[in-house]
Amino acid sequence: MSQDSLSISDGRATGSLSSKPRSVWASPLRRREAFDGIVFIMPWFLGLLIFILGPFAAGFYYSLTEYDSLLPPQWLGLQNYHRILVGDDRFWVAVYNTVWYVTAAVAPQVILGLLLAILLNQKARGITVFRTVFFMPSIVPIVASVSLFIFILHDRFGLLNETLYQVFGIVGPNWLTSPDWSKPSLVLWSLWGIGGGMIIYLAGLQGIPETLYEAAAIDGAGAMRSFWKITVPMISPTILFVLIMGIIGSFQIFTPVFLLGGTNYGQAAAGPMDSLLFWVVFIYNQGFFYFRMGYASALAWLLFLLLVILTLIQFRLAGRWVYYEDEAVNR
Amino acid sequence: MLNIYLGRFEGKSRKVARAAFVYLLLLGLGFLFAMPLVWLLSTSLKSNEQVGMWPPVWIPYPFVWQNYFVAWTSGNFGLYFFNTTLITVLATVGQLLTASMAAFGFARLRFPGREFLFAVLLATLMLPFVVTMIPTFILFKYLGWLNSFKPLIVPSYFGGGAFFIFLLRQFFKTLPTEMFEQATIDGASNYRIYLQILLPLSKPALSTVAIFGFMQHWNDFLGPLIYLSSPEKFTLALGLRQFIQRTEVRYQEMMAMALLMTLPVLLVFFFFQQYFIRGVVMTGIKG
Repeated sequence: MSQDSLSISDGRATGSLSSKPRSVWASPLRRREAFDGIVFIMPWFLGLLIFILGPFAAGFYYSLTEYDSLLPPQWLGLQNYHRILVGDDRFWVAVYNTVWYVTAAVAPQVILGLLLAILLNQKARGITVFRTVFFMPSIVPIVASVSLFIFILHDRFGLLNETLYQVFGIVGPNWLTSPDWSKPSLVLWSLWGIGGGMIIYLAGLQGIPETLYEAAAIDGAGAMRSFWKITVPMISPTILFVLIMGIIGSFQIFTPVFLLGGTNYGQAAAGPMDSLLFWVVFIYNQGFFYFRMGYASALAWLLFLLLVILTLIQFRLAGRWVYYEDEAVNR
Repeated sequence: MLNIYLGRFEGKSRKVARAAFVYLLLLGLGFLFAMPLVWLLSTSLKSNEQVGMWPPVWIPYPFVWQNYFVAWTSGNFGLYFFNTTLITVLATVGQLLTASMAAFGFARLRFPGREFLFAVLLATLMLPFVVTMIPTFILFKYLGWLNSFKPLIVPSYFGGGAFFIFLLRQFFKTLPTEMFEQATIDGASNYRIYLQILLPLSKPALSTVAIFGFMQHWNDFLGPLIYLSSPEKFTLALGLRQFIQRTEVRYQEMMAMALLMTLPVLLVFFFFQQYFIRGVVMTGIKG
């Protein structure tokens, strides 16, 4: 037993003092630890190869072929990409619809989510009940919440149009069956789930030391000043997180679009007059309805490349507006 | 926090006015957010005549419990419920097991390439799922696993998702190192430390993973849609979709099924609320 403890401290010593990293693994205890470590991460590592990196690479290969998943893939080179970008009008419809939705849905997620979190961060009686009320919609299964919205947004006897008509005398639009209103309906649905972002902000807000606000108040800073000079900089890493995840998630939105789009129009439908033809719906239709796996893979890779570029741009811009406390302290 | 923003305008009446304003805002917004779920519950208990009525009927009279029965028997909902539960339980167990193993490796054990592999893990967090969706489907097709639960369960036994590994690793890092060192000195192997020290100490974090995992699988739509084709394999999500696709919809029954699918999620949420918040705090703050 005492020998074991000795060799532990030995391993430590070589670990911190030796300049050659290789010698660290010469200790039998460290070697056993390394072996165990590899054993413990092995399921994940195999999963990484089989379910992530393998498919990732295979997808790129398929995107260069014509492949119906029955006959072997036929090499096409870059033809799929060429056809998508130059010869497929519906692709550009899908891009337009998706970007429309991302713009309309992510901005409220980021901005209204923060305002809601500030409202809910107060020490008022019953505030936890309100937090629950705002957060709950974001955990309702999507199929269930879409069913509910299909009912609420029904042209004639949906609660929304009934209220608009009976209370305000407005004849509401055909939310789900008109090409002009299908995307706004989707945004309405996404607004209901805004509590998901709110709860992340709330966690961030609670990490801001109260003393900062007290000091600002003593120095005579007003509410707006405190908001812009304390809350926003302190919460900016969270804003970046919500923004990046919101954009990645919204570009890939599938389930509600697919459900709303196919409701009255059949399997591979994309809503009234393709107004709900979104990027991932297009991929799904091409791959799983028409079995054009190569073409669908190319569509997926284009979306991947776009998201990589967008994320890199955001990280680059983040240097200008995101404030990291630890870095500031170290400077 | 607003208290402090506005703190310098003391004055009692101003304070009262402000509190009233905040409560009115909370009540108004709260009503808008709560209304759809209340409407869901209320509609699910209405008779056919009451469904489209104006003014809206919030408390149906009498309660038509029969909607649940009719909807339940209109599809094979008992079976869908069983299938969904089976997939959810088996997949969540796999996630708990292999995610905690990987997190232990990354948090506590030193091996060559650890930092690099962890960076890879973080990178996969941001990998869009669509880019692997089609090749993964082809892989399962090649294995002959289509129209079975295996594609929905087996991947969970291979790490259980980068997000959960990250979450657990953050938690394991907070446990005192001395405890593990002492156990090693006393001759415990890393496997024993994992089973007898780490897991029992990590119940809160494991509960968080279990809850998130439960919701992920229970709510999943795209996975079952792609992999399950025969109705006797359907999950609740697919069963409910059949309702949406019908031309003749009886909304009170559709709402009844939507509520039944939502109920377990809400129950889990109410009973384990604090683990939710903790999970968000652990992962969300620094992005």
